[in-house]
Amino acid sequence: MTCHTSTQQNIEIRTADSAARTIALAGQPNMGKSTLFNLLTGLNQHVGNWPGKTVEQRQGVFDHAGKEYHLVDLPGTYSLTANSPEEVIAREYILREKPDLVVAVVSAANLERSLYLVSELICLPVSMVVALNMIDVAEQEGIQVDAAVLEAALGVPVVPMVATKPNGVKSLLDEIELVFQGKRILMPRLPEVRDEHRLVIDQVSDLIRSSVPAVYPVEWAATKLLEGDVEMTAQMKSLLLPARWTDVHAILMQHEDAMLSIASGRYAWVERVIRAAVRRPRLGQVSLTDRLDRWATHPVIGLLVLAGILGLVFWLTFTLGSPLQEWLDTAVVAPFAGLVSGWLAAAPAWLHGLVVDGIIGGVGSVLTFLPVMVIFFATFGLLEDVGYMARAAYVMDNFMHLMGLHGKSFLPLFLGFGCNVPAITGTRVIDAPAARLLTILVAPLVPCAARLGVLAFLAPAFFGSAAALVSWGLILLSLVVLVLSGIALNRLLFKGERTAFVMEMPLYHLPNPRTIGLLVRQRAVSFIKKAGTVILVMSAAIWALSYFPGGNLESSFLAKLGSLLAPVGSWMGMDWRLTVALLTSFLAKENSVATLGVMFGSDESSGLAQTLAATYSPAAGLAFLVVSLLFIPCAATVAVIRQETGSWRWTLFNIAFMLVLSVGAGVAVYQLAVAVGG
Amino acid sequence: MTLIPMKYSLAELKPGEHAALIEIHAGRGALGRMSSLGFTPGVDVEMVQNYGRGPVIVTVRGTRIALGRHEAEKLLVQRAAA
Repeated sequence: MTCHTSTQQNIEIRTADSAARTIALAGQPNMGKSTLFNLLTGLNQHVGNWPGKTVEQRQGVFDHAGKEYHLVDLPGTYSLTANSPEEVIAREYILREKPDLVVAVVSAANLERSLYLVSELICLPVSMVVALNMIDVAEQEGIQVDAAVLEAALGVPVVPMVATKPNGVKSLLDEIELVFQGKRILMPRLPEVRDEHRLVIDQVSDLIRSSVPAVYPVEWAATKLLEGDVEMTAQMKSLLLPARWTDVHAILMQHEDAMLSIASGRYAWVERVIRAAVRRPRLGQVSLTDRLDRWATHPVIGLLVLAGILGLVFWLTFTLGSPLQEWLDTAVVAPFAGLVSGWLAAAPAWLHGLVVDGIIGGVGSVLTFLPVMVIFFATFGLLEDVGYMARAAYVMDNFMHLMGLHGKSFLPLFLGFGCNVPAITGTRVIDAPAARLLTILVAPLVPCAARLGVLAFLAPAFFGSAAALVSWGLILLSLVVLVLSGIALNRLLFKGERTAFVMEMPLYHLPNPRTIGLLVRQRAVSFIKKAGTVILVMSAAIWALSYFPGGNLESSFLAKLGSLLAPVGSWMGMDWRLTVALLTSFLAKENSVATLGVMFGSDESSGLAQTLAATYSPAAGLAFLVVSLLFIPCAATVAVIRQETGSWRWTLFNIAFMLVLSVGAGVAVYQLAVAVGG
Repeated sequence: MTLIPMKYSLAELKPGEHAALIEIHAGRGALGRMSSLGFTPGVDVEMVQNYGRGPVIVTVRGTRIALGRHEAEKLLVQRAAA
């Protein structure tokens, strides 16, 4: 019902042995598309952004049978109608960049829903192979799909596979090779236009024909207009003469209900396609997902499960990550500094200072964060990969309503424990602008892995055996502050607006170590790069500020800056060094430790942690940790807040809000701790 | 499937009950998302989890979907006769 029926499309395959063939991977979310992408490209992949967008773009290359292929991972979308930038990116890529082939990844366990996207893709002028993924998950749910029957019904090749197993992937590649050799004739069975829409689609097509950009099939553009597609509507409105647009608009208004019936038409096509191909489970069979969800989505037990999982992640961080971090600090960084110090014994004092105190002290301290980061990203990758994340969002729905948000807002916040930057870009899953803005404003209050690294590093120094207890308390405090801020901001700024909560609950499946490994690797590499660039420069700069003009810390530029701010710091029990450390955390949260490392120097006899413990009282340490956790977002986060809100006003509001919050909390905690007897 | 000719909100279904979707009351954006997920008029919806408060889980076209209670209340259905 949505595309040409007048002429059977005969798709031309570029069979020439041109250098690299481009294949685009398309598919809905939770279809195992990323797993397939990772299996094919492995380490030969590049992660960036789509031009002008904040949507992640992944590209890679792979070889098969002596040919090189260029693989582009399109964003996962349920349809090609513009509900978010992702759909626009996917369809514009196919229409404008014209890949040689589209591989549509569908799930055998969710065939009906996943073929909805295929019903849209099949109308575009591009050749297609369907990867029928997750055969194993389907079997576990008692569903059987006959790939040959499906292939006959669709008119394009269908390859059954399990994206984690090389066998099926090999057949997919062989099939792709056959298509490129022209040995496969594609005769896609296109959805037919329903009679009730034939007339109106023709009318709209005639009106827009002369103005539609050449890359868009005219009927396709007309269908998108009828579906109320925001992006297409805006485009045609600007391309058509005003009088012409008025005519088109009048027709569209008469058919406002077309969106639902066009979707129904696509599903009717899907139903016909799968009728003979799918065998459903016997009645009464209880699937694995049913059994697990009895606990994971239970309103009470589900929350306990989530709390348990989060607890386990933090426990791992502090029992495994923290000692590893300390070991790296005392057994690797400190002796290395000693060694280099020996080499530079004859060098000028400033060079010795710059290398040993500045670079090794700063960058070295920050590199000790690596174990904490790896633990975090590995656990999050695992939870995401098995399909648990949607359950977490579901059980948190009631709770999130306190802040005028719903369950989906929990997902980016959860991600924030890893890093606030993906958390803020992750708010794109939230459909309503007000709810999205509110989620962005509170997201920087989630303690990210860098801040947890600072906590894991400093808490044992200040509190010894009570470190774990204090760390737990501080994390809990951040979260309480987050919820209270959310409630207050919602009341004051958003007057309790509410938004729709609609979310797929994917079937559980076994995690794929390769996918998780690649994720962890990417995060670790970007962290090390940051340590080698931003933090390196910062460490050197801070060292210079702490050394010049007099050649010692006490009379340095840094000391002057610190003493200017000392009055505020003193309310929180912090001397000028802690104040300066806090300020530098604006560039990157882990910088506060780097700065302390620079100021206290690297010493072969003891690590930084021991030196700090000897210098500051527990009350001052506690206040410093509280302020560090709640302090203004780091520079990268600020940049992404600006980009995602599109407003400096909200960005500055966010910074000011967190500044007041953190200083207020720091003063309160310090004064309380002193009063209690710290 | 025979339907009982009386409209209920989806939120009133008990776990295990099936119903046919009749009307969707939602804004344009939410409607677009729901229809691409499979919520189209006439489709069979099965209630999977409903504790009487908070969000519900339904199965539509073989996919599990979580819906906020408010959204579930805006979907009108006709129950299948037992």
